Amino acid sequence: MRNSAVHPKYARQTLIALRTIAWKETHRYLRIWLQTLLPPAITMTLYFVIFGNLIGPRIGPMSGHTYIEFIVPGVIMMSVITNAYMNVVSSFFGAKFQRHIEEILVSPTPNYTILVGYLAGGVGRGLLTGLIVTLISMAFTQVPIQHPAITISVAFLTALLFSLGGFINGIFARKFDDIAIVPTFILTPLTYLGGVFYSIELLPGVWRELSLANPILYMVNAFRYGFLGESDIPIQTAYSIIIVFIIISVCFSLYLLRRGVGLRT
Amino acid sequence: MEALSLSKLNKIYAGGVQALRDVDLVVDEGEFFGLLGPNGAGKSTIIGIISSLVRKTCGRVEVFGHPIDREPWQAKSLLGLVPQEFNFNTFETVSQIILNQAGFYGINRRTAHQRAERYLTELGLWSRRNSVSRTLSGGMKRRLMIARALIHHPRLLILDEPTAGVDIEVRRSMWDFLRRINAEGTTIIFSTHYLEEAESLCRNIAIIDQGQIIENTDVRSLLRKLTAQSFLLDIDGCLADVPKLEDFHVVPVDESCLEVEVRSDQSLNELFARLAERNVQVVSMKNKSNRLEELFVRMLERPPEAHRESAQVEKTV
Ligand SMILES: Nc1ncnc2c1ncn2[C@@H]1O[C@H](COP(=O)(O)OP(=O)(O)OP(=O)(O)O)[C@@H](O)[C@H]1O
Ligand SMILES: [Mg+2]
Repeated sequence: MRNSAVHPKYARQTLIALRTIAWKETHRYLRIWLQTLLPPAITMTLYFVIFGNLIGPRIGPMSGHTYIEFIVPGVIMMSVITNAYMNVVSSFFGAKFQRHIEEILVSPTPNYTILVGYLAGGVGRGLLTGLIVTLISMAFTQVPIQHPAITISVAFLTALLFSLGGFINGIFARKFDDIAIVPTFILTPLTYLGGVFYSIELLPGVWRELSLANPILYMVNAFRYGFLGESDIPIQTAYSIIIVFIIISVCFSLYLLRRGVGLRT
Repeated sequence: MEALSLSKLNKIYAGGVQALRDVDLVVDEGEFFGLLGPNGAGKSTIIGIISSLVRKTCGRVEVFGHPIDREPWQAKSLLGLVPQEFNFNTFETVSQIILNQAGFYGINRRTAHQRAERYLTELGLWSRRNSVSRTLSGGMKRRLMIARALIHHPRLLILDEPTAGVDIEVRRSMWDFLRRINAEGTTIIFSTHYLEEAESLCRNIAIIDQGQIIENTDVRSLLRKLTAQSFLLDIDGCLADVPKLEDFHVVPVDESCLEVEVRSDQSLNELFARLAERNVQVVSMKNKSNRLEELFVRMLERPPEAHRESAQVEKTV
């Protein structure tokens, strides 16, 4: 399939298939916006109210910024990560569960098209939620955006990486409980410990070293750098780590699709 | 041209169930081909492998000469599938399902709309095009899957029990529709448990049992193998006692109905002559069961060894 799919004769058809899957995925989260876009808006507003407005002034400045300024990038990033991940995992697992993934599997759609189509949904929802949370944050504080290109590219790459994570989880999931395991036991702890609410400078030595093994720390810090021009870690390291993870995840997803893991009996 | 060719196809599922054993099957272009077999025989497994939803353990599958592993693009483009179980998104509307499917096959929007209108109209679903699919009745869902399978104009259409749970009127209109599609050049393979359906639609059929093809022939020569048929005769008035007819095996069903077995070397004229001699007036007559059904039951009653022998006899003849 890989050979034929790159053949120019099929390029147009592949493009139509890609557009179809991407639009289907986008339409899905827009249609059920009450379940997909509204909850993060409410949760993140509460974060801003509680941590920013009520407790923030007592905490005082962090890394030279007011506390609410410090947490805004992290909170936005948190919503990007969760929503990108949840969109792909729930949509892909739902398609497997209802078996309508078979509609695509019987068609000549190449595997990479299936992958890119689903990622488009995840990245779209991740970024849209990020944008909504950013707009909400403006009601609480005016966070400057020092490096817009970095802000946008880090948000995009992070959304992409976590969409891939959702896809891989969706492939392996056999029941609905399985799609909650990764977010509950891995994603949420790593995000909370990834410097969303504090600078790792505050941590004692050994915890700081341990934090550096958390990939989400790099994303949150790179994203914060885009806003505040301030980061606990070098920005190039952050980009390298995200990109390496993306490459590994893409290869692994394509491998799983080719083997038909969880899809073909 | 061969629309489908299977050779030495084997499938062992993860649990160790051997669902197919060395299945060889050729279906020529233009055929209306029936795949028959009892529950669990392996029909859906064969169809799953052809449509790449089930991984084969070994063997070869070609669709119009394109091996499914090496030229999946060509093979899949030529194939349309109506699966046994409903497998569409129950939150989408009828037209969304059809148009998405067209998109997966790389068909542009305009063509997709035209074809959707044609097939939904022909299958009586056009007025329901904006209904969410889960609100359709069972028969409508089956027809939706047929429309979906045709949207890319496949040259080979495979249907896995398309008429299961469909009322007789809709079933008849489905038959007419499939006959028309077949006459227009689409090769059709379908599995069914309704033998009268296979008899009326198919030229050739294969019977599969326990993962093996035990018969693969045309319907007429298959029916010729039927060594005896049972008829039910409705009699005018009440019978005091069962008439004794030499050579014919007669069993009373009730006081005005008889079951008579007629061997293939006997004629119905003989039977009626005997009955007339005994002043028995026959009001109406029918086959006790569909002829193919009778043959089917008789074949499957044999021990599996006999199946294997008969399959080998078929091959050597
Ligand atoms: N996913 C699976 N895992 C394990 N065994 C399976 C699986 N699917 C089918 N089988 C087994 O393979 C054999 C053939 O099943 P298949 O579904 O092909 O039969 P069928 O002829 O389509 O039957 P039916 O008329 O009931 O639809 C059966 O023994 C079945 O239990
Ligand atoms: Mg079946």
